[in-house]
Amino acid sequence: MDVNKNSYIFGFSAVLVIVVAAVLSFAAESLKPMQTENVRIEKMQNILTSVGISATPAEAGELFDQYIIDQKLLSNKGTVVDKDGLTAFDIDAVKQYKDKNLSPEEKFYPLFTFQNEEGKKYIVPMAGKGLWGPIWGYVAFAEDMNTIVGSTFDHKSETPGLGAEIKEDFFTQKFIGKTIFEGNEFVSVEIVKGGQPWDSPHKVDGISGGTITSVGVGEMMERTLGVYVPYFKNTSKASL
Amino acid sequence: MSETAEVKVKEPLFSKKNKKLLTDPLNDDNPITIQVLGICSALAITVQVKQAFVMSVSVLAVMIFSNLIVSLIRNLIPSRVRIIVQLVIVAALVILVDQILKAFVYDVSKQLSVFVGLIITNCIIMGRLEAFALANKPFPSILDAIGNAAGYAWILIVVAIFREFFGSGKLWGFQIIPQSFYEFGYFNNGLMILPPMALITVGIIIWVQRSRNTKLIESN
Repeated sequence: MDVNKNSYIFGFSAVLVIVVAAVLSFAAESLKPMQTENVRIEKMQNILTSVGISATPAEAGELFDQYIIDQKLLSNKGTVVDKDGLTAFDIDAVKQYKDKNLSPEEKFYPLFTFQNEEGKKYIVPMAGKGLWGPIWGYVAFAEDMNTIVGSTFDHKSETPGLGAEIKEDFFTQKFIGKTIFEGNEFVSVEIVKGGQPWDSPHKVDGISGGTITSVGVGEMMERTLGVYVPYFKNTSKASL
Repeated sequence: MSETAEVKVKEPLFSKKNKKLLTDPLNDDNPITIQVLGICSALAITVQVKQAFVMSVSVLAVMIFSNLIVSLIRNLIPSRVRIIVQLVIVAALVILVDQILKAFVYDVSKQLSVFVGLIITNCIIMGRLEAFALANKPFPSILDAIGNAAGYAWILIVVAIFREFFGSGKLWGFQIIPQSFYEFGYFNNGLMILPPMALITVGIIIWVQRSRNTKLIESN
């Protein structure tokens, strides 16, 4: 058989490509459930990290069920809405942030309520834009819905050593104890450039060399938390 | 394909020749230090031992299967399109490895992210397919794959040990240099984290290797 005939080359290539395609699509389909489960577990781990609980993948599901006692969905006006078949956990903040086709009314804002012996904490997921791609995170508030008790951030493709540092502990620790209200007014938390004073309760020292990512974190917090303000105000007043 | 390349002699599974296929790439014919293949990934993923190890295992798996498959169909591959055929096979295997990592060791796959995809362009794999698997029977091809992957792996891991130890004071993610050292003013060498130090470490390994084994030194 002449393997260098044109017809043979075409036939060989076609068979090869079809076989490879079949194998790959079979593998992708059969591994998909495990991969989506991994993404789900990672999300639970992230939510728990924001309140200072580090969970291994094996225990994440159990701890999540144990501590997260309530999940709410807020509309863009900050009112609690009920959406059939949609829980706060199902909302992919990054996807929702990037989806240009969604009108503001179609966006939903999840709120997780965490409870342990020390009391309740409220966890807000958020998504925004860094220098090279999306950034996202979870910020946890104390029962007063004002003081930040923990946070976790992550990114897709920020510069290693610079913007990518937002996911490191030394940066997320700086948010602890900061507050988002000044009196009754929402001021969010500003990420300031290096060298500027940041000892105010509403300011956090940014990452030198990662300014655009740091500013992105600030913008993401202000925009997202702004939606929750009416809810926070009402709820914390009601409980006082 | 030439028939002369395949002399029909019954030889034992681990004949001297076959053993050489396994051991040569570890030292005298090392893919990184002697053939200078696969340098790119040796620079990129040797910051931590764990990453280097997972990368090595992934390369090993891809190499064994690509060498085996190419060797099995070597007489069917039209020589005019052989490179693209090899590429399709390697790419398919790499995607498979990537999917499996995502399903079973998710956190590692997140760290390796782009580098897994880059196995496709790892020169060692294409190099061994061209140089060996296309002209040899499946079993020697598998041995060649294991040998070369192991040769690649040990360099990668040695470089990673140096870089992780001096760069972040850890090995396999565990703190090795005690906190008290830092209190006395010891600093991690930040330069070790950066790619140039991988090149220099590989250079030192090549230097040591050649000064121990003088037959490797080129005459010019």
